[in-house]
Amino acid sequence: MSDYILEMEHISKTFPGVKALDNVELKVKQGEVHALIGENGAGKSTLIKVLAGVHEADEGGRYLFEGIDADIHRPLDATLKGISIIYQDLSLFPNLSVAENIYIGRDSNKKPWTKINWKSMKELAGKALDELEMDIDLNKRVELLSIAQQQMIEIARALAFDSKLIVMDEPTSSLSSGEVEKLYRVIDKLKERGISVIFISHKLKELFRVSDRFTVLRDGQFVGSYDVEEIDEQQLIKRMVGREVVYENNTQKAAVGEKVFEVKNFSKEGNFKDINLSLYEGEILAVTGLVGSGRTELAQSIFGVNKADEGTLWLNGKDLKINSSEDAVKQGIAYVPEARQTQGLVLEQSIVNNMTLPVIDALRNKLKLIDRKVEKELTEQYIKSLDVRPSMPDLAADKLSGGNQQKVVIGKWLSAQPKLLIIDEPTNGIDIGAKTEIHKLLRRMVKEGIGVIMISSELPEVLSVSDRILVMSRGRIAGELNTLEADQEKVMNLALDTEEPEDKRQPEGAESTVHQEV
Amino acid sequence: MTNIKLSKESVLGLIALAIFVGLSLFTPGFLSSGNINSMMFQLPEFGLIALGMMVVIITGGIDLSITYIAAFSGVGAALMMTNGFGIFPAIIVGIIFALACGAFNGVVVSKIGVPPILVTLGTMVLFEGVILAITNGNAISGFPDAYSLIGNGYYLGIVPFSLVIFFVFTIITGLLLNKSTWGRRVYMYGSNDLATLFSGVKNSKVLMKVYLYASLLAAVSAIIMTSRYNSVKVDLGSSYLLQSVAAAVLGGTNIHGGYGKVMGTIYAVLIFQFIRNGLNLMGVHSSLVDVVIGAILIAVLTLNFFSDKLSRQKAKAAS
Repeated sequence: MSDYILEMEHISKTFPGVKALDNVELKVKQGEVHALIGENGAGKSTLIKVLAGVHEADEGGRYLFEGIDADIHRPLDATLKGISIIYQDLSLFPNLSVAENIYIGRDSNKKPWTKINWKSMKELAGKALDELEMDIDLNKRVELLSIAQQQMIEIARALAFDSKLIVMDEPTSSLSSGEVEKLYRVIDKLKERGISVIFISHKLKELFRVSDRFTVLRDGQFVGSYDVEEIDEQQLIKRMVGREVVYENNTQKAAVGEKVFEVKNFSKEGNFKDINLSLYEGEILAVTGLVGSGRTELAQSIFGVNKADEGTLWLNGKDLKINSSEDAVKQGIAYVPEARQTQGLVLEQSIVNNMTLPVIDALRNKLKLIDRKVEKELTEQYIKSLDVRPSMPDLAADKLSGGNQQKVVIGKWLSAQPKLLIIDEPTNGIDIGAKTEIHKLLRRMVKEGIGVIMISSELPEVLSVSDRILVMSRGRIAGELNTLEADQEKVMNLALDTEEPEDKRQPEGAESTVHQEV
Repeated sequence: MTNIKLSKESVLGLIALAIFVGLSLFTPGFLSSGNINSMMFQLPEFGLIALGMMVVIITGGIDLSITYIAAFSGVGAALMMTNGFGIFPAIIVGIIFALACGAFNGVVVSKIGVPPILVTLGTMVLFEGVILAITNGNAISGFPDAYSLIGNGYYLGIVPFSLVIFFVFTIITGLLLNKSTWGRRVYMYGSNDLATLFSGVKNSKVLMKVYLYASLLAAVSAIIMTSRYNSVKVDLGSSYLLQSVAAAVLGGTNIHGGYGKVMGTIYAVLIFQFIRNGLNLMGVHSSLVDVVIGAILIAVLTLNFFSDKLSRQKAKAAS
């Protein structure tokens, strides 16, 4: 019994109107890496928040840490007991130094006028970083570090606190493959020291690489816990979604027509170089590559918010001059950004206000005032055709699920009747049902004559949705593939583009960057 | 169980009404025609500035130079009149002076991207300095009799002209914010300027117009004030500066932007006016009046904060 460091049983958490967790179990052994998986909304975050003392579970649950009642009622309790949580959007102090960030919180029990002992702070921080074999300047401000380094600072902080259990929420989502490999090595090191790790991720491949055991949640309920040897990927997916789900690779040859859009010699210092691409009528063009390969920067340059240094654009027979997003929209270019909640939507505003934002000038009556009736009709039309739920035009966008939010962003652009739609990570953070819907929608748009360029790092999605694939690597187009002849390996080989000798990425790191989401 | 849902603004309106009724009942002289009259004359100049401030705050900004824009505009009009020009050209010049100030604020905020609080803090001092240089700190006075009618005259014999002007601009502001595409963009920009940028909205154009509109309202207020006092000095309306911020936020305007209603600000202006006037009549010392108003402001804002937090938690839990 005592080989479990963490035992949570019969954990339920009810919010007004919603049962977020229903009789859930999570047991973690000492020194193991335990993967917590489930679709969006399965209850992973709520469970972690109960674990961390952010939420208190309902009566009747059992929460033991190191064999005794955890008695955790607030986040500080958890920290003092040796539980560290590394959230996806890290919780560091960007304008403080590395050493201060690692040390912070240790003085919280001392009197406020206690003098800070800079020497012991640096010793402690240095020791923690040494253990991780990290070579980072202790005096450097954290905001100057890469995301991967910042993550290491968080882990070092956990070590400095003598944490026994470290929870990592989607730690690899913004790391390059080399950095991911480094993180795995650090996790191995933590394991050797007997520290337990709870690892939350959507990328099944990497979970099989790092985890010893899995706990699967679905719709707030406990599905089961499994050793890594007794289960494979397909079985795991089946348990997460309750059914077999596999993307079918696209096997339909697209009827390709005339060229509709072209990018010529596009370059921007530090972002991308010499980009040439063409889009033809009737096809979905996928642009893929590793994080940091310049895909998003390219898209935002085409859309005018990240102006390119050089190059020209050509759309439906004429050259374009685009200096701002306003110009882009006027010329018929639409862009669905990756950051749906910060760039795609004005969350606290209604569906109507969001959907009509780009076209509001066209919805004015004779007095040059907004015609509310026309506006509402237009919104209702797109709510219906995109099946946005709930179908309430006046509902604030933040009340919608991720999939429905994405539909509102898409609807916003459909109302602008674009000639070209660039969609960046179309199904990021969206549950599986809504994903297939969005994919169908993209196909429908192409049929209706809109040019679609899809940026995605989810290879199964790329292979399933697109007709042609451009792979970017380090700001250049590394190669082009016909989807019918492509597979994940071919794409990854281009994405890694191992020609240049100074590239130190390990080939085995390639596997882990395949965003094998479900 | 009856479940009547009142908007923030309606609640504030009821509070204003309650204060009015309470003061009418318990303060002798509050309801006298002389007192009602004087309140009607004081309301417009402050109300216009508060509306201008509100529009800026909806974008998440603040205009600390607004009363100095008013003073500058007043000086412009006054110089015209004391140099023999007519009322009409004087008013036009006053408005042009104000719009020039607003344009300056707008360019630095929207094109260069300096935070509004810093820009307008700078221009506040700048405009004050320019006015001092022009006037040497002296008052300019002696305007044509017809000019004084704007601030002191009556429409149809009972309603002050200035109140009519205020009423017109209240409606214009409401229409612009709620029905014009600019107004829609103001709210959207105030909620999330990144999302408007990614929706093809030219943010700088929206902001530019915001600072221009605020300065226009400041100019109208300046015309009323100079007409009422028959003189202008560097500190024209300067006491309204922070009061207008207070009125906007008491009226429910979100200091971070994205929300704010004309009616809310109007009710808040009325509440300030009633309390200030009522306490004066009761013989309460003016410094104590400020204490009371400050206390009310803090109480209401704290209440707002907690009710917002509560509704946010509910929304979060439900999603």
